[in-house]
Amino acid sequence: MKQTIVLALLAAGTLGMVSAQAADVRVMAANCAYCHGPDGKSQGPIPSLAGLDKGYFIQQMKDFKSGERPSVVMQKHALGYTEEECRKLAEWFAAVK
Amino acid sequence: MAFNRRDFLKISAGAAGAATLGGLSGCATPGARAKAKVVVVGGGFGGATCARYIKIWDPGIDVTVIEMNDKFVSCPFSNTVLGGISDMEDITHGYDGLKKDGVRLVKDEVVGIDAAKRVVKCKSGATFNYDRLVLSGGIELRPELIPGFDAAAQQTVMHAWKAGPQTATLRKQLEAMPNGGVFVISIPGMPYRCPPGPYERISMVANYFKQKKPKSKVIALDTNSDIVSKKGLFMAAWDKHYKGMIEYRPSSKPVRIDAKTRTVVLDVEDVKADVLNVIPPMRAHAMTAAAGVRNDNDNWCKVNFTTLESTAVPYVHVIGDSISAPTPKSGSMANNYGKICAAAIVELINGRQPDASPVITNTCFSATTGHTAIHVAAVWRLEGDKWVTPKGASGVSKEESEMEWAYMTGWAKNIWADTLNL
Repeated sequence: MKQTIVLALLAAGTLGMVSAQAADVRVMAANCAYCHGPDGKSQGPIPSLAGLDKGYFIQQMKDFKSGERPSVVMQKHALGYTEEECRKLAEWFAAVK
Repeated sequence: MAFNRRDFLKISAGAAGAATLGGLSGCATPGARAKAKVVVVGGGFGGATCARYIKIWDPGIDVTVIEMNDKFVSCPFSNTVLGGISDMEDITHGYDGLKKDGVRLVKDEVVGIDAAKRVVKCKSGATFNYDRLVLSGGIELRPELIPGFDAAAQQTVMHAWKAGPQTATLRKQLEAMPNGGVFVISIPGMPYRCPPGPYERISMVANYFKQKKPKSKVIALDTNSDIVSKKGLFMAAWDKHYKGMIEYRPSSKPVRIDAKTRTVVLDVEDVKADVLNVIPPMRAHAMTAAAGVRNDNDNWCKVNFTTLESTAVPYVHVIGDSISAPTPKSGSMANNYGKICAAAIVELINGRQPDASPVITNTCFSATTGHTAIHVAAVWRLEGDKWVTPKGASGVSKEESEMEWAYMTGWAKNIWADTLNL
C-alpha cells in the first residue's frame, strides 16, 4: 500500500508535491476572461459565460467545433479544447454566481 | 471566487504533510510560515493581471506592483486615437482596482535587481525583498540602432509604440499636417510587439486622411519582406477603402533617418515625409538584463512555460512581451501568461506542483476602418516544452465586419476590467 502511494507520487512528478488538477480549470476558465470578462461576466457586446447552464455550454462548444453554430471567433477556440475540458469549463462557469 | 478557494484548501490539506519537502522559497511549515512576498515589476497587461490573480487565488500572499507611471495607457486601441476615432481618455485607466484586490501599488522605477539576495532596488532608494519576482516591463525600444534617431530626433520623430504622450504627439502632428501631405511609417523586423499593429496604424491613418485630408498619402516602409500578420485581410481592406492612398514597400529597412528633413534613407532611395513615424527595433525591457534573464541573444528572455520562471535565474519570472516564445507579443497573451504565472507562483509557494500542461489562447482584433475590424485567434497547448496548436484551433477572420468592431470594443472593456479590476 505504502509502495503504491510512493509510486503514484513519483509518477505525478517531484516527490512531495501534488499536481494542481484543480488549478487547471481555474486557469483555463481565466483564459476566457479577456473577451468574456472576469469570471465570465462581460461588460460589452460579447456574451457572458457566468451562470450558463452546463448542458447548454457543452452543446454550444460542440456546435462551435462542428460549425453547426456559425461563429466569428469561437470555432477556433472550441477546437483547442478537449470534450473533458469543455465539460469542466461548463461546470466552472455554471457555478459562478 | 469562493468555489476556487474551497477546492484549493482541500488540496492544501491533503498536501500539508508533504509541503515542507518542497524546498521552496517562502514555504515552511504550513500555518507557521511568514507571508510569502511577490514583487511584480510593471503594471501593464501582464504584470497587473498576474498581481491581481495571485491575490484572487491566494489572498495570503503579499503582492507589490512597482510601476513608474501614474496610469495605465492601453496600446490596443491607441491606433484609433491616431485615427481620431478615440481620444487618450478612452484608453487611459487608473490603478485603484488593483488596490481593491489587496495589491500594494508603488510608484517608482526599478534601477537594480540583486537576484542572489532577492532584492529589487528602486530609484527613490526604496528596496523590496521577494520570494518570487515577476518582470513584466514590456519592451525596450532601440532607436540607437537607426543612425540619426538620436535624442534630438526623438523630440520630433515619434515611435508611439508605447501608448502615452507619444501617441498624443503623433496625433497632433497628423492633425497639423496639410491636406496632400505624406505620412511615412517605418516598421521594424520581427519579432516586435503587436505584429498586426503597424498595419492597423496604416489603416487608421488612411481612414483619417480619407475623411479629412483626402489628397494625403501613407507610405509604409516595412523592414520585413511582407506583411507579417492578417495580410490578406489588410490588403483587402486597403484596396476596398483606401485605394491609391497607401503605398506599401516591403524589405525597406531604414539605413538612417534625418529628423530635420523628416527623411528615411533606404538603400536605394530617400523617402521624405510630412509626418514621420519610426518604430525602431526592440528587445525585452532593460531591467531583464539587470536581473540577468535576457538570455536569448541579449534580446528576449527564455522561460519555462509551465511557470514563466527564467531559465537563467531562479525565483525570477518573466511575462508579456519580454519573453522568447513562438506566441505573439499581444495584450491578450500578456494577460493570459500573467495568469499561468500567477497560478504557478501560488502552487509553488504552497508547496504544490504547477500544472505541467497549461493551455493558452490569443485573440487579437485590428481595426480596418472606423466601424469594421478583423481578428486572429489561436489556442496553444504545452506539450513538453513546446506550444502546439490543435488542428483548426487557429486562424483569421473570413472578412472584415462591423460585428468584429463591436467584439473588439467588447474585448477592450473586458480585458481592461480583467487586468485592472475596473
